[in-house]
Amino acid sequence: MAPRTAGSLSAGAPPADTAPHPAAWVRGLTREFAGRRVLDELDLDIAPGEFVALIGRSGSGKSTLLRALAGLDRGVTGDLGVEGTAAVAFQEPRLLPWRRVWANVGLGLRTGDAKTVALDALEEVGLGARANAWPLTLSGGEAQRAALARALVREPSLLLLDEPFSALDALTTITMHRLVLRLWAHHQPAVLLVTHDVDEALSLSDRVLVLAGGQIAFSERIDVPRPRQRDHPELAALRTRLLIELGIVTEG
Amino acid sequence: MPGNTPTGLLPTGLARGTTPAPEGSNSEAPETEVSTTPGAAGQNGRASAPHLSSASHLSSAPHQSMTPPGRAESAPGPADTAPGARRGKPAARRRNRTWFRIISPLVVLVGWQLVSMSGLISQQKLPPPSTVLHTAITLITTSNAAYGTLQGAMLVSLERVAIGFVVGGAAGLVLGVVAGLSRLGENSVDPLMQMLRTLPLFGLIPVFIVWFGIGQLPKILLIALGASIPLYLNTFSGIRNVDAKLAEAGQSLGLRRGETIRHIILPGALPQILVGLRQSLGIAWLALVVAEQINANAGLGYIINQGQAFLNNSVIFVALLVYCVLGLLTDALVRLLERRALAWRHGLLDH
Repeated sequence: MAPRTAGSLSAGAPPADTAPHPAAWVRGLTREFAGRRVLDELDLDIAPGEFVALIGRSGSGKSTLLRALAGLDRGVTGDLGVEGTAAVAFQEPRLLPWRRVWANVGLGLRTGDAKTVALDALEEVGLGARANAWPLTLSGGEAQRAALARALVREPSLLLLDEPFSALDALTTITMHRLVLRLWAHHQPAVLLVTHDVDEALSLSDRVLVLAGGQIAFSERIDVPRPRQRDHPELAALRTRLLIELGIVTEG
Repeated sequence: MPGNTPTGLLPTGLARGTTPAPEGSNSEAPETEVSTTPGAAGQNGRASAPHLSSASHLSSAPHQSMTPPGRAESAPGPADTAPGARRGKPAARRRNRTWFRIISPLVVLVGWQLVSMSGLISQQKLPPPSTVLHTAITLITTSNAAYGTLQGAMLVSLERVAIGFVVGGAAGLVLGVVAGLSRLGENSVDPLMQMLRTLPLFGLIPVFIVWFGIGQLPKILLIALGASIPLYLNTFSGIRNVDAKLAEAGQSLGLRRGETIRHIILPGALPQILVGLRQSLGIAWLALVVAEQINANAGLGYIINQGQAFLNNSVIFVALLVYCVLGLLTDALVRLLERRALAWRHGLLDH
């Protein structure tokens, strides 16, 4: 397959050698920053409705991969595609401070009843009461919930979460984890969660990936039913393994 | 709106007002010099916010926005993009202190009267406020052959400023948007504007007379030139300082280029565009005096020239005071506009 610039999302057919119709697929994705290869011929498939967590050390290219899938990086080479639409929730809420919360959620919606749809989405994330507020008056957790509503209102087949909980306090994060799982169960998008938090990946995802050396260096399914106990033996073993893969603890 | 002035132009008082540091610990007397322990700076912004912009700080904002004609010193820069610069005190609190603003002008006025009456400075050089007031009433009630009426002069000047400001401001705004939105625009427009902004308006008078004669046109063009520069510079830098992450979020939401400009870039640049508007209005008034050096036979600048010719200082003072009042009025207009256009920031201030 001829390399092409994968800056824009294509809903083209996936390569023939993979499972039929993954929600997103990546083949030979390469990205260089000033001569440094951050992504190196990376391959990845995400099944429809699958919750994938991507962990990696700082600077390993996690966010670069996510941005490529979101169509926000025009500098990548290789091939990728998303079946349907992708939506992003960033690390910062990135709400427009000059639009009321509901107008932020409805931003860019092409449907006629954008406001109704936006209000419903805000209700769903428990923010109906703040629909008319200015974003600068929201707390960090509220703003991040509004950002989630803004992503979900587009009914994406691929939801990209770029460390969306890393700026929140621990208690808010727990609430947000539950909310994300509830929304995921209800809307059933495929999810790619980029995180540096091993426990977050373990408690949320169907499959956890480690990005190292510009490639998916490790991939493991997690079949423990949710809600998961942190000290579940399978998770504990996998946690140790992941920390080894990340080079944080050494083997033995 | 202390947060609206580029920090490079701020006097120390105002700069302190925009920093969420020492004032936070001295809520009851923000107008006095405050020195506190460094630890006070560690308070969180919301807690200290109610005490930040005291009345005395606010009062210096409009005047600092103005720069001399031909020397618009509002270079593009980070200006007021820091979140700390957006903090202020709740509106209710601010209203209670508004009357503080008239104390210092009153003190100056009384001092001026005393100095003049006591003969410390001759009344020829510095006519006391009472004489100036009397002259003003005379100028308003009687039409003098040398001066005309004050209100007539004001109308003539107001017309020149209005036309010049609208023409120049619109040009500055459009050029700023063009330069801000594309590299091509920047490379073609910016060098020219950077050259123009250093031109002294006084130095242009002889050229403008040769080109445009001695009628209304050169006067209006001088004002327009002066007024265009701050709006251009602030629009340009306002657009360039819009958070790229917001534009990226818009892109991820599927906004088209035009929608991104309309929903994200222009609203994001608006606070600084309004700073430019305020400076442009200030310069328009200042450029008026320069413009009315050109063979004017009416207007405030003309009255000043006549006052000089007839050695009547109190007439000059009347005209100067009219400038001050008109400047204050235009500034109040911009404040009103800001309050409406930047309501989303008041959401932060009043919270």
